[in-house]
Amino acid sequence: MLAKRVIACLDVRDGRVVKGVQFVDIVDAGDPAELAHRHAAAGADEIVLLDITATHEGRGTLLDTVNRTAAGLFVPFTVGGGIRSAEDAAAVFEAGADKVSINSAAISRPELIGEIGGSFGAQAVIVAIDARRATGAARHGVEDAEVYVSGGRKATGLRVLDWAREAEAHGAGEILLTSMDTDGMRSGFDCELTAMVSSAVQIPVIASGGAGTAGHFVDVFREGRADAALAASIFHFGVTDSRELKRELQRAGVSVRLPC
Amino acid sequence: MIAVVDYKAGNLTSVVKTLNFLGAKTLVTQNPEVVRSASKVVLPGVGHFQATQLLSDLGLTEAVRESVAGGGWFLGICVGLQWLFEGSTEAPGVAGLGEFAGVCERFPARFEGAALKAPHVGWNSLEGVRDSRLLRGVEDGGFVYYTHSWRAPVVGSTVAVTEYGGAFTAVVERENVMGVQFHPEKSSAVGLQVLRNFVEL
Repeated sequence: MLAKRVIACLDVRDGRVVKGVQFVDIVDAGDPAELAHRHAAAGADEIVLLDITATHEGRGTLLDTVNRTAAGLFVPFTVGGGIRSAEDAAAVFEAGADKVSINSAAISRPELIGEIGGSFGAQAVIVAIDARRATGAARHGVEDAEVYVSGGRKATGLRVLDWAREAEAHGAGEILLTSMDTDGMRSGFDCELTAMVSSAVQIPVIASGGAGTAGHFVDVFREGRADAALAASIFHFGVTDSRELKRELQRAGVSVRLPC
Repeated sequence: MIAVVDYKAGNLTSVVKTLNFLGAKTLVTQNPEVVRSASKVVLPGVGHFQATQLLSDLGLTEAVRESVAGGGWFLGICVGLQWLFEGSTEAPGVAGLGEFAGVCERFPARFEGAALKAPHVGWNSLEGVRDSRLLRGVEDGGFVYYTHSWRAPVVGSTVAVTEYGGAFTAVVERENVMGVQFHPEKSSAVGLQVLRNFVEL
């Protein structure tokens, strides 16, 4: 039976793992290669490395980081952040990534999804969507959740549901859906948002933002209909590891990769 | 020496790195002569079945046919496994090697009354594991990593299946010709065991 995936995410800046709360407040959490291997050994089903370095010089550092991280890592490894062209993607694959995650660049030019997929296969292209629900007096239903770019600083005016469907039509292999409302809060995933997107597309949806407890994962796999769920901070600081988390999921009746 | 066939389908890096990690000497090649002279050949590949057309264009199909007829060990991975069958509905005009009977088909949109997502992405279990060279030391129920939308039928030489919208061939083996639908280079301990079994043949 196909297992629900537990994915460990490393947010990297200038070659170091950092973790933000609601996309700000950065804390140093260590070396990416070392952490990736630790997560894989602890039972993570996949590793995602998101580079939040904005500078050009940082790109070279990233390829070196990807190379070091990929060495001896025998679970799927996704790299995202700053990939703006098929050439950028090719360099990251060459350094050892199995999939790339693209965000802003895909919104600027959706053809990029197919261009990368044409060379490396559709399965190698994850479209990341940063979603935020309207807040305050103007709060609307989840169907009006909006896509943000530039690390969550810029609204695009696109509805999450529309963009997810369009990304699929352009050949995305998976969708990485991050709720900016719940990101870093450890109060649970946005199950309603995840279920909406997961039901609207054929491709797998990875839920992100808000993992705090094993129960949150159970909820997002059941109510949220997520195919995979991603977390960062709860793993980095040893709050829990993937194997222990998966044992709890198994006890709750969720199909997971165990032993791992 | 293991010849790893480069037919511009997906990313070879992971497969080569993993074989090297296991102590194998590898040579990435498009040269039919290298394929003929290698004791082992690996055909990796993720992506579209259409890409295997290049194998015929470059004379690699004939080279592989001669290699396996002469007893050379062959391992196809993902599309590389599918290529061992007669063909795929993904690219109806492109013939496979035809070592195994049947045509690869897309996952159905629905199975047993429920919608079935495709591609099939993630960790799924090996079932009905039979005694074979490739699966020595691999237990029934072991998890491996998949990412594909087309799948090969179950045949007499299938030595393990996986269930997703029904059973499909996860591992096929007949004497020196072998294939795995999953990605052993991304399948943690189970995948390493499978590749180690091939390297140590």
